[in-house]
Amino acid sequence: MAVVPNTLKGFGITLKQVFKKPITQQYPEYKRPVYPRYRGRHRLNRYENGLEKCVGCSLCAAACPADCIRVVAAENTADNRVSAGERYARIYEINMSRCIFCGYCELACPFDAITLGNDFEISEYNRDDLIYTKDMLLAPPTKQVPVADRDLYDTPIPYYKDHA
Amino acid sequence: MHEVWWITLIKSAIVVNVVMLFFALTTWLERKLLGRLQNRYGPNRAGPKGLLVPIADLVKLIRKEAFAPMSAKEPLYIIAPVLSMFTALAAFSVIPWGPGWTVDGYYISGQVVNVPISLILIFALGSLGIYGFIIGGWASDSKFSMLGSMRTCAQLVSYEVSLALSVLGVVLMGQSLNLTHIVAKQETTMWFFIPQFVGLVVFLLGGIAETSRPPFDLPEADTELVAGYHTEYSGMRWGLFQAAEYINMIVLSGLCVTLFFGGFHFPWVSSLDKFGPIWFVVKLFTLVGAFIWLRASQPRLRYDQLMRFGWKVLLPVATVNALVTAALVVAVK
Repeated sequence: MAVVPNTLKGFGITLKQVFKKPITQQYPEYKRPVYPRYRGRHRLNRYENGLEKCVGCSLCAAACPADCIRVVAAENTADNRVSAGERYARIYEINMSRCIFCGYCELACPFDAITLGNDFEISEYNRDDLIYTKDMLLAPPTKQVPVADRDLYDTPIPYYKDHA
Repeated sequence: MHEVWWITLIKSAIVVNVVMLFFALTTWLERKLLGRLQNRYGPNRAGPKGLLVPIADLVKLIRKEAFAPMSAKEPLYIIAPVLSMFTALAAFSVIPWGPGWTVDGYYISGQVVNVPISLILIFALGSLGIYGFIIGGWASDSKFSMLGSMRTCAQLVSYEVSLALSVLGVVLMGQSLNLTHIVAKQETTMWFFIPQFVGLVVFLLGGIAETSRPPFDLPEADTELVAGYHTEYSGMRWGLFQAAEYINMIVLSGLCVTLFFGGFHFPWVSSLDKFGPIWFVVKLFTLVGAFIWLRASQPRLRYDQLMRFGWKVLLPVATVNALVTAALVVAVK
């Protein structure tokens, strides 16, 4: 007849929870800081002198398992110098509705031109709005999410995250 | 003390709407309380404290397409949820809310209709409501619905026996099948949950199984089995089944309050009985809260455990309780 006290114990455990503060984080009001190496919305980076790092080599597109990156390259000319290399990305598009945020593009890039940022609030009402163009990727992210203090984590931060 | 017919009509309209309101409140209370019992907030977005959640639910269910399987047996498939809902609501017509009042020379009784055999009527309507579940599962023409309705049928039929036997003690002590008389008897002697404690426990356990609430919710068993008899239902038809289940729970709580906790009667102060509906509702929702607490605390039974418990534990205990009560009532006389 251990059933009865055990059953009552169960009632006690649930009743105790009522008097505790719920552990739920109220998301839109409170945003939990993301992990410093969190893989979120992509960014295209520039050098300090304003030239784009991307040379339109399409290695990111080749590495992408979801096949969501489209790069069309063009030659740099003397009066239209866009990137530091010989060529530049005339069209650079990422289809965010297909992207799985694996970070392979970041690994494949020889110039650290594309990096994954920390923003995750990238939902849209329209699928077309999820195709990010080069201008959108070059611009600083529109929404900033809090990022946790990196000293709290012992994994090293890749150097290009610091110098992006 | 005869009641004019149109007063009964008005009362029935009020009672139906109030019970529907209670249903909405119960769904909210269940979510909120379940959340708090599991260290969550529960609904807190739609309206203050999430109170508009039932309305949002209603809007969602009404706008949702209620599609039916092509081979569903049409009239029965549509009638089944209506039948369940009707019997659930109708059972509330005989539960007394107050001792009865006289306003402007018109007599208003405490319930919609004062039937001499109201307790039997409630059980009869409860048994009819089971047909809704069985017919719904069968008319869906799906094996999962069929199996679900068989599960429901077996559970409800087994536990109905214990449930009916458990109130026998109250009937013997109250010397009546009329709920108003039973409440009056409790007012003059004492609330029946003290002498009939075994009966109360059996009634509650049987009643939870009858309303297929967790931990006896094998008819549905969301996480382990397919939804059961309402597998093929969607939209407001499904909503009617769900409403019927919740209203059954409210009816059961109301019946339990009436039979064991003095109904609309306020302890020690009988002059407060004219506020009967308030005490009744307070007691009713306390009991509903206890049901929700039970849901949060106990795991679901296995099917063989359910059957064993119903037939080998609950039924003998209920029978012995009825026999002992009968003997004692005769001895005291």
